[in-house]
This record gives sequence, structure tokens and C-alpha cells, in this order.
Amino acid sequence: MDTLRDILDFLVGWALDADLIIRAIPGLMDGLVVTLTMIGSSLLIGLVLALALAAMRLSGKRWLNGPAYAYMFFFRGTPLLVQIFLIYNVPGLFEDIRKSDIWPYIRDPIYWAILALALNTAAYTAEIIRGAILAVPAQEVEAARAMGMSRFTVMRRIMVPHALRISIPAYANEVILLLKGSALVSAISVMDIAGQAHRLYSRTYAPFEPLIAAGLVYLTLTFAITRMAKFAEFMTTPGGKRWWQRVKARVMGRSLDHTPGSGPSRPSEQTS
Amino acid sequence: MTETLALFAFGDTGWGDELLDSLWLTVRLALVSYAIGFVIGLLGAGAKLSRFALLRGAAETYTTVVRGVPEILVVFLIYFGGSIAFQALMSLIGYDGRIEVDGFVAGVVALATVSGAYQTEVLRAGILAVPQGQVEAADAIGMSKLLRFWRIILPQLLRFALPALGNLWLVMLKDTAIISVVGLDELLRTADVAGRSTRMQFTFFFAAAMLYLTLTVVSMMAIQALEKITMRGVKRASQA
Repeated sequence: MDTLRDILDFLVGWALDADLIIRAIPGLMDGLVVTLTMIGSSLLIGLVLALALAAMRLSGKRWLNGPAYAYMFFFRGTPLLVQIFLIYNVPGLFEDIRKSDIWPYIRDPIYWAILALALNTAAYTAEIIRGAILAVPAQEVEAARAMGMSRFTVMRRIMVPHALRISIPAYANEVILLLKGSALVSAISVMDIAGQAHRLYSRTYAPFEPLIAAGLVYLTLTFAITRMAKFAEFMTTPGGKRWWQRVKARVMGRSLDHTPGSGPSRPSEQTS
Repeated sequence: MTETLALFAFGDTGWGDELLDSLWLTVRLALVSYAIGFVIGLLGAGAKLSRFALLRGAAETYTTVVRGVPEILVVFLIYFGGSIAFQALMSLIGYDGRIEVDGFVAGVVALATVSGAYQTEVLRAGILAVPQGQVEAADAIGMSKLLRFWRIILPQLLRFALPALGNLWLVMLKDTAIISVVGLDELLRTADVAGRSTRMQFTFFFAAAMLYLTLTVVSMMAIQALEKITMRGVKRASQA
């Protein structure tokens, strides 16, 4: 700890108080766990909702398309902070919720924060999915159909892989926006990274050290997300798949044959 | 129903006029911040495309950091840190009074800083989309750099960048809500105050959401109209 303090002191000592930064670290680590939990769960719930929403939008049926459109319009057209406050105040609408037996389990604001973030990201993600599916060239689907693939096979082998690859950059962007938006839940007293930074500020009245330290944590997370997205993008290209085959082959110590039942083989997938 | 409507009455009894006033404050906050953000964006784009590595590095750092950090942290940093930094600056020139940072000014600085980073990226891409040959042609007929920018680059830059700039305006409108956390009486904070004092939080937050939605819809129509103006004389593939 002393070495760390000396290093920090040497680097930023001319402007910032190294002791304060070190004091901020344990709190920020607690906040990091909270932030990651929130992001993870809301991304998961949001993705499921988004798939349903996108399917409704693409269904071509008015009674499905209409509600999904209204939902996405509301959640994309209003500030996330308003949505967080709205959802946080839902229990206030129904006295029964507060009196019921489950209330002690769901009163922690983090659950309402996760719900708000999930509903918000679902709207944006649904638009990404919809756009990606619409962006798959119709000719590819036609060609696959002409080759005699069933509708399901076309979906599994043509549409989903292509749409997935198209949507990765936009989805990574959405994950970053969600990460940044998640900092707003400190407004309903969830102790995430931003909440911890704010608490340390209100104790010490030193704004720069805790806020800059928190900013660095967020920057690291954003950087990690962009790197992971780049990797995911690479892995969904044919080149990425070949690379993965080679890695697997090297790890297993032998070249891999095609696993039976994986469908007709393409020359590009064969490993030498 | 009438009871709920009475909450939004104008005058002393209801919150209607307070909400509309705060809506106007929100619009002003967004407009001023966006305009300053645009200037920052132009300067940032210029710096990113500059010949000098130092300028490029500075602009790159600015956009990377601001776009990778939550807006609320930027707001906190400028609101809490701003007064301290400003005070330190003033004490250098010998002024030792207490300085309070105005919520509106802090809000504008924070929002313009954030929007400027995104606008830098958008405008940079827009400048790069102007055909190089036209820039050379402008040089060849002896236009000054300023004239070249004004007549050749800017009109096309706006055409290319307008959809993305429009999106950033919609983002800006929504980002103004964040300024409520430092106590500026914009739309969300007024709704919060009204909700607490009447114990009708959900109703007032929902009303605020509807007002934000209205701003979004009006803005989308305005953006479409602007797009028509910037696309004057451009033949689209669908019209060919």
C-alpha cells in the first residue's frame, strides 16, 4: 500500500491527494460489483425482452407491431433518469405491494434499478436486432431457399449468423451506453461506482480524487467492452472461425475432423 | 380524474405553470449546450484532422475519456469541482471571496463538454466525406481557407452529418434530465418537487415523461424539415 501511495504521489501528487485516491479504492471495488451485477442482469433480461419486441415489430401484424412500437417509442424518447424514477415509484402506486409478504425481498432499490435498466435497454436492443435482421440481403435468403434449405435452416444458417455479425458493433455501443446510464441509479441511492464516488465526496468535500478514480474504473470497463466486441466481431467472421479451429487443433494436439452431424462441410471450414 | 387534472392547474394551486416554465428552462439548457457543443465539435474535428500530433492527441484523449465516462460523473466533476477550481484560479489573481457556481452555467459546461465529444466524431466523419477533389478545386481557384470552409466544406458537411447531429440533439434533450441531480429546476427536478409535495410522484414523473416525449416528437419533425433544406438539389437514388 505504501509503494502504491508513493507511486500515486509521484504521478499525480502535484494536483491530487494520493491518500484520498487510496481511500476511494475499497468503496469503488464494492461499487464495481454492484455495477457489474446490475449491467449483467439487465442485459440478460433486456435481451430476452428485445427479442420478443423485435419479433413483434417484424411480425407484420398490426396488433403486435403497434404495442411494440409504442413501447420502444416511449423508452427511446424519454430520459433514462425519468424512467428510473417512474419505475422506482411504482410500488408507491399500489399500497398492496408495500403490505405484501414479498415487499421485504424487493424493497432494495437495486431491483428496481435493474428493472428500469432492463426495460430501457430492451427498447434500444430491439431496434438493433430489427435493423440487423432487415439488413440481411434478401438475395441471400432467396439463394438459400433455392438451394432447398428449409425456412428454419435458412434462419439458423443464414439469417441469424449474418444478423448477429451486423449487430455486434451496435450492440457493443448499447452495452457502453447502458454502463454509462447505470451510473444514474445512484439517484435512487443504489451504491454503484458513481454512488460510492459521490458518497466519498460528501464525506471529504474533495471532488476530484473520488470522481476521477471512479471515471478511471468506468473507462477501464468501456475499454474492456470495446475489446470484447472487436473479438466477438472477429469470431463471427469466417476467418475467425478458421482461427478458432486452428487454436482448438493446437490445444488438442491434433487436427480436428468434422464432428458428425454438423451439416455439409464447406472447404473453408476444413483444417489441414 | 378532475383531481388529477387539478394538480396541473396554472396559478398557485396547481403545478401546470411551474412545469411549463421548467420545460422552457430545459429547452434553453439544451439549445445553449448544443450550440456550444457544436463549436467544440468543429474545433475538435479540426484538431483531429490537424497536421500537428499534439492537437490530434489532445482531441483523441478528450473524445475517448468523455465518451467512456458516465455523463453524471462529468456533471458532478464540473459542478463540485468547478467552484473549487474557479476559486483557486481567482485567488491567483488576488480575489478571495466565496464563489458559487450557477447551476445553469455548470449544466451548460457539463452538457456541452459531453455533446462536444460526440459532435467531434460526427463532424470529423462529415468533413472526411467531402470529396477531396472539391477541396483541391477550391484551392486551385484561389479561395482562402476560411472561404473554402464556408462555401465548400460546411454546406456538404452539414448535409452528411445532419442525421447524426439530429440524433445527438435528441440525446442532448434527454441528457438535460441529469442536471436535475445538482438541483437546477429543470423539468425533471420540478416534477420531483411537485411529486414530493403532493405525494403523487408517479403522476408527475409520468407527466414529465410525456413532456420529454413531446420535445422529442417536435424535434424529430424539425430535423426532418432541416434535412429537406440541406438536401436541396441532391438527387436521391429513389428519385432517379
